[in-house]
Amino acid sequence: MNTQLRHLAVFASILIAVLIGATTYWQSWAGGELANRQGNAIQAIAQLQIDRGTIYAANGTRLAWSVPHKKGGLTTYSRRYTTNGAFAQVVTGLDSSLTDYLTGTNTNLTNSFTQEIDRLGGTTVHGDNVKLTLRPSTQTLAERLLAGRCGAVVALNPQTGAVYALASSPTFNPNLLLQPHGGAKIGKIKGTCGSGFAEGDRATQGLYPPGSTFKLVTASAALDSGAFTPSSGFYDPGYCVEYGTKVLNASSPDGGGSEVFGNITLAQGLEHSINSVFCKIGIQLGAGKILSYAKRYGFYAPPPLDTPANTRSPSGLYHHGRLFNPTDPTTQVDPGRLGFGQEHMLVTPLQMALVASTIAERGREPRPYLVQKVTAPDGSVVSSTAPSTIGHPISAKTAGELNQMMQSVVTGGTAAGVGFPSSLNVAGKTGTAELGLNQPIYDSWFTCFAPANNPQVAIAVIVEKQYQGFGASFAAPIAKAILENLLHS
Amino acid sequence: MAHVVARRTVPLADPYLLPMAALLTAVGLTEIYRLGPTTAALRQGIWVVIGVAVFAGTLLWLRHDYRVLERYKYIFGVTAIGLLFLPLLPGIKDPVNGANLWIRLGPLQFQPGELGKLALIVFLAAYLREKREVLAQGRLKDWGPLLVVWGMAMLVLFATNDLGSALLYYGIFLALLYIATARLSFVAAALGLFLVGAYAVGRATPHVQERITDWLTPWSSHKVPCFFSVHPALRQECASYQLVQSLYGIAHGGWIGTGLGRGIVTTAAGTQIVPDQNTDFIYSAIAQELGLVGAAALLLLYMAFVVRGFQIALAASDGFSKLLAAGLSFSFALQTFVIVGGILRVIPLTGITLPFVSYGGSSVVSNFFLVAGLMLISNRANRESTA
Repeated sequence: MNTQLRHLAVFASILIAVLIGATTYWQSWAGGELANRQGNAIQAIAQLQIDRGTIYAANGTRLAWSVPHKKGGLTTYSRRYTTNGAFAQVVTGLDSSLTDYLTGTNTNLTNSFTQEIDRLGGTTVHGDNVKLTLRPSTQTLAERLLAGRCGAVVALNPQTGAVYALASSPTFNPNLLLQPHGGAKIGKIKGTCGSGFAEGDRATQGLYPPGSTFKLVTASAALDSGAFTPSSGFYDPGYCVEYGTKVLNASSPDGGGSEVFGNITLAQGLEHSINSVFCKIGIQLGAGKILSYAKRYGFYAPPPLDTPANTRSPSGLYHHGRLFNPTDPTTQVDPGRLGFGQEHMLVTPLQMALVASTIAERGREPRPYLVQKVTAPDGSVVSSTAPSTIGHPISAKTAGELNQMMQSVVTGGTAAGVGFPSSLNVAGKTGTAELGLNQPIYDSWFTCFAPANNPQVAIAVIVEKQYQGFGASFAAPIAKAILENLLHS
Repeated sequence: MAHVVARRTVPLADPYLLPMAALLTAVGLTEIYRLGPTTAALRQGIWVVIGVAVFAGTLLWLRHDYRVLERYKYIFGVTAIGLLFLPLLPGIKDPVNGANLWIRLGPLQFQPGELGKLALIVFLAAYLREKREVLAQGRLKDWGPLLVVWGMAMLVLFATNDLGSALLYYGIFLALLYIATARLSFVAAALGLFLVGAYAVGRATPHVQERITDWLTPWSSHKVPCFFSVHPALRQECASYQLVQSLYGIAHGGWIGTGLGRGIVTTAAGTQIVPDQNTDFIYSAIAQELGLVGAAALLLLYMAFVVRGFQIALAASDGFSKLLAAGLSFSFALQTFVIVGGILRVIPLTGITLPFVSYGGSSVVSNFFLVAGLMLISNRANRESTA
């Protein structure tokens, strides 16, 4: 009988050993995978127990922070946001995309050991703090100027890529997001543009017809490819012939029919934003050439930024709401219309600000960023952003020529009436995007940089659906106020 | 107190069993107190006192010769069956989560199966000691009792809807059958019968089938019908919710755990994430808070207890004592395996208690009976070897 007893004792021990093995499996190998499962109530609470780091503006203003709640022996934290709606979209976006920093999980081996010890000691995990490049006075001003309308403002330093303002209107109080039914309340916010979609960040996500601001891309292709110079001559009959039909110039802001300029140069064509000139350039260069320059600028990919990828749209041709990358541009795209920014071209304000930055930076496209510095709770620097470059879409020569032409736009062209002080030395480009409506309701664009000889600020402004919404009438004054705010402070 | 009585009545008994039982009880009480509510810990404390009294009473009553029990084996057999089927009686039945394991007498909730298990072990030990030679010959007519036990196990499974209990009782039977007859072929045949029967009964009872589905695929990628809602839901949010959240908790513990009292067992609103965590799922809470280190230590304690139990069986001189000690020890190991294995997805999950640790009066009392039994056997064995 004893033999059987020994066998059974071994079997019983094996049963319990199996349990030790299974526990080991769940607590080591399977642990990470389980932690990331949807519906993990334990991890959801664990996240609440972390004191998420604070997000600060460039001047140290708190934009998002955590508030502790003690209940029983448990301390949980809830998030608070600045009630200043100017930061709503960008800060809530960063709160999610920077979560690894904010929860302190972005760690190396040494402090992961310290964290484990802390956890055993019951110490609360404190996340890292983030300092942004956003300037509250600029951001708030942009939001105030957009208030009551739909639109967006992007302002950045073209030399470094540091973003000073990233405003989107209409906006909302981000604290609503944490309240029951708060999301539904935000969903009901209506702008003057019909569908409000306040939660979306129009500056990086909004897709708009670029109108004449796209002529900067067409002109880049024209000059950089060597096919044209700023003094290349054109005759403007007031229209352009495409496929045997006349495409009229835009009507004059002063009223009346479409303008006729006669004999002019390419530089004058940009200065006065003459569609027929860019129509002809488009036909001569071909749509493929223009699109290849657009891609050099970063079209067809979401521009790099610290915000979540799903809040950044790629600019490009769109067909039925989807990005359309033509395989044979010569037959699939109307080159003349593309030349002056029609033909289903849709762009984001951020992308246009990057085009202006590239021209300002003599052909070097800066990588835009919002996070200046990440610091640990003890004050040590976890990471700090060094300015870098995305690429060199155009030559310094081309950029210099475009810079001159954009200065003429402000001094004697479509933006001459805006009243930019000559001391600011602004180089800019207006855009008036027709929306295919029966009324003269347009999206008003302006993109610029200043001072032109040593650019410190690059800007893109869009104001949606304005009656007689010429770029110079609605967007340019906002750009002027932002420039004054940034350059005079 | 238990120790004083033990010194007096069974001075030669194994000195490790009682401290190990006390340690397990302490771990359980601590975790129950931590999980709250405080009344649960208080009740459990009272049950431990009752358990100790039962322990002392058993030692005093049977200190001369526990083998008198052998004479009443059929009484134990009938008692065992009665207790197993008690939860089916109308009026006192109290189904919990679809399984008929509980009875309710006024404010008292009781799992009679816990005591039934002990009665079954006494009966089997006595019966098999008597019939082992006959059975070992393997004549067909002697298979009768074996088939009866198989039928009973199936009936229990069918009636209680609880695969775990059936597995436990039948496993004890198989273990004792093997010890008594030394015939692995018997065990294999009986195991085969059980699997066939369990499959058939499982097919017939949706509850058992559901448990098996939850075990194999606790995470469903699409919505499935949900028993507590009119709307379909993902299985991890419905039938396998407890299992899955308990695993999340265990995984959250990691190697060294969150620390006692610092594990996450409630939502921010204060409701329990895993309902009734202090009974069936107490191992999950311990594994989260004490980590792999603590959980493994706890399981090693169970292993040590079981090994001591088998050593007592080896040391015992007569067949009844050997079978009884082995049955008690093996039931202890198997019960631990069934519940912890269920929590860890080694086998389908069934709601039985973790010996000495889980919240529950019937469990505590029956486990103190078990320790008392082992100590009586041990005392006798050591007295005989020193005499």
